[in-house]
Amino acid sequence: MSGPGAVETTLRERRDSGGRVLVPYVTGGLGGDWTATVQAAAAAGADAIEIGIPFSDPVMDGPTIQEANDRALSTGATPSGILDRLRGLDVGVPLVVMTYYNIAFRAGLKRFAAALAGSGVSGCILPDLPLEEVGPWADAADATGVETILLAAPTTPDERLPLICERSRGFVYGVGLLGVTGVRDELASSACTIADRLKAVTDRPVLVGVGVGTPEQAVEVSDHADGVVVGSAIVQRMLDGAGPEGVGALVSEFREALDYAF
Amino acid sequence: MTLANPGPGGRFGEFGGRFVPETLVPACVELEEAFTQAWVDPVFQTELGTLLSEYAGRPSPVTECPTLSEELGLRLLLKREDLNHTGSHKINNVLGQGLLARRMGRKRLLAETGAGQHGVATATAAALLGMDCCVYMGEVDVRRQELNVFRMRLLGAEVRTATSGSRTLKDAINEAMRDWVATVESSYYCLGSVMGPHPYPLMVRTFQEVIGTEARQQCQDLLGGVPDVVCASVGGGSNAIGIFSGFADSDSELVGVEPAGGAAVGRGVPGVVHGSTSYLMQDEFGQVLEAESISAGLDYPGVGPEHSYLAATGRARYESVTDTEVVEAFQLLSRTEGIIPALEPAHALAWVSRERNALSGRSVLLNLSGRGDKDVGQMMEILA
Ligand SMILES: Cc1ncc(COP(=O)(O)O)c(C=O)c1O
Repeated sequence: MSGPGAVETTLRERRDSGGRVLVPYVTGGLGGDWTATVQAAAAAGADAIEIGIPFSDPVMDGPTIQEANDRALSTGATPSGILDRLRGLDVGVPLVVMTYYNIAFRAGLKRFAAALAGSGVSGCILPDLPLEEVGPWADAADATGVETILLAAPTTPDERLPLICERSRGFVYGVGLLGVTGVRDELASSACTIADRLKAVTDRPVLVGVGVGTPEQAVEVSDHADGVVVGSAIVQRMLDGAGPEGVGALVSEFREALDYAF
Repeated sequence: MTLANPGPGGRFGEFGGRFVPETLVPACVELEEAFTQAWVDPVFQTELGTLLSEYAGRPSPVTECPTLSEELGLRLLLKREDLNHTGSHKINNVLGQGLLARRMGRKRLLAETGAGQHGVATATAAALLGMDCCVYMGEVDVRRQELNVFRMRLLGAEVRTATSGSRTLKDAINEAMRDWVATVESSYYCLGSVMGPHPYPLMVRTFQEVIGTEARQQCQDLLGGVPDVVCASVGGGSNAIGIFSGFADSDSELVGVEPAGGAAVGRGVPGVVHGSTSYLMQDEFGQVLEAESISAGLDYPGVGPEHSYLAATGRARYESVTDTEVVEAFQLLSRTEGIIPALEPAHALAWVSRERNALSGRSVLLNLSGRGDKDVGQMMEILA
C-alpha cells in the first residue's frame, strides 16, 4: 500500500500540532441546502466531514439520524444524487461517507468505490461491515485510494483491537458506548476507556463517536482520544431548521472548546 | 441431518455471513461457541428433549385430509405444528434458545415478532425459565394481531411498539437489533427465524429440524416412503427449513411459498440486511422495499440465507400466492377438515389448491406451522 491517504494525513497533522480532531456528521440530501451546511462546517473548523448517505434500515442509528434519513429519503435523496452534489464541492477538508453496506453492495463494490473516489470522497465508514466481512470492500476501496475506517466497540476483546487498527485506514473509530447514535446527558465512561485501549495499540488517529453530543463531552473524551466524531447533535440542528449558519455556529462551539482545552 | 452445514463464517454458498456492527461481533462469536458446545452436551439434549415432549407436546402428528384430498384430487398430509403448545412451530426454536440463554447466564430475552407467534413463544419460555422478556412488534402488527399482544403481556413480557418504517416485522427487527446493541452484555437476542448473522440461521434450523425428522418417519409409516412434494410457507423460513431438512436427501420436491407482496426469493436480488446476505426486495440503490402481505408473519422483504442458497442451487423452488388466494385457503381448510390454519401456512395451502391440476394424484406434505386463532379477528373484518 502507498502512504496514508488524505484523511489520515490531515488528521495526523492536527494531532501532531497538539490539537484535537473534530469531525462533524452531516446527513446527505437532508434539505436543499445540505451542501452549504457541509461548507459551513468546514469553514467553522472541521478537520474532515462525514457525509451520511441515508439507508432505509439504519440499525446503528438512534431516533435523530433515523428521522434525518427518513426525511432525506422521502424527498428523493439517492446515493448517486448525493455523490453528484459532492463532486466539485471543494470544501478544503477531506470528506468521509458513512452509510450501510447494502448501499455499496447493491451498487457493486468496485463501482461504489470508484464513485466515491470520482466524487472527491476520501474515506468510507460502513458500520455493519465488521473485520471478518470487510475484505472484498476494503480491497476495492484500497484500489481506488478510498480509506476504509473500521470501528472498535466497548465489547471488542483486547486481542481483536490491533487487527482492527491494522486493517483500518484514515483513523480508527472508537464507539463511545454500548448503543446506537444519539445525544446523551453525560459522556459514558466507556468512551474514555475505548480511547485508551485503542491508543495503547495503534499510532493511527483514534476518534471517538456515538454519544459525544456537547463541546464539554468532546473535551472530556479528547483527553483520551485524538478527537471526536459528532453526529446526532449536528443532525438535530439540521432537523430543527438551523440551516448552514446554525450548524456552522455549533461546529464553531466544538472547535473553540477543543482549541481552548488543548 | 440432511442439509449441508454452512462453510466458514456461516456461508451457504454466497449467502449468509455475519454483517453486524462491531459491538455485536463478540456476542455472535460467544453464541456460536455456546451453541456448538450445548448441542453435543447430553445434559442440554435431555433438557430440551424433555421440554419438547412434556411441555410443548411433541411429537406433533401428521394428519391425513380425506375430504380435502378428494376435493383437490391429490393426497394431502399436514404436519401439525399448530398443535404445539403456544400454537406454532416457533416454540421448538424458542425452547432451545431459552435453555441456551440460561446456560450463558443471560437474564433477559429479547425478540422481534411479526404475527406475534414468536413473541408469544419467547414470552412463554421466559415465564417458564424465570427470565425477563422484551418483544418488539411493528405498530401495524400490534393492531392486526392484538390477541397475541395480550397473550404476551399476560405471560409477563413487555411489548414495545416499533413505529419506524413500514411498522411491520422488518422494523421490529431493526428495533430489536438497536436494543441488542445497547444491552448485549445482559440480553440474549432470541431471533425467531433462520435469518440474521451467523450462527442464527444454522442454530434456528437445528432447533427446527425436529419437524423434518419426525415427519420423515411419519411419512415412512403412512406412505411407505417420502411424499412427492413437501411444501411450507416462507417468511424468514424457519418452518420451511425445519420440514425441508427431513427430506433434502430424498426425491421429494421442496417448495417454499412466499406472499406475493413479500417474495424475497421471487422478486428480490442479493442484498445485505439484518446480518446476512440473501435475496432481498430492494430498489436500484439498495434501499429495502416495504413488504405488503395480509399475513403479519410473512410480511418481510427478506428471507433466510439458506433459502437463497436452496433456490440458487435448485434444490428447492419458491412460489408466491396472493392475499385473495390465502383468504380462500384459510376458509377451505376450516370447512373441509375442521382445522383453522394460521394465515402463514394458509399460503402453502393456497399454492397446493391453485396447482391442484399439476399436483393431481401426488402426495403432498404441508407444514401446518400454526393455528388460526390469532387471525380470527382479522378474518372477521376481511370476511364481513
Ligand atoms: C404460524 C407461522 N408460520 C410461519 C411463520 C413464518 O416464519 P418462518 O418463515 O420463519 O417459518 C410465522 C411467523 O410469524 C408463523 O407464526
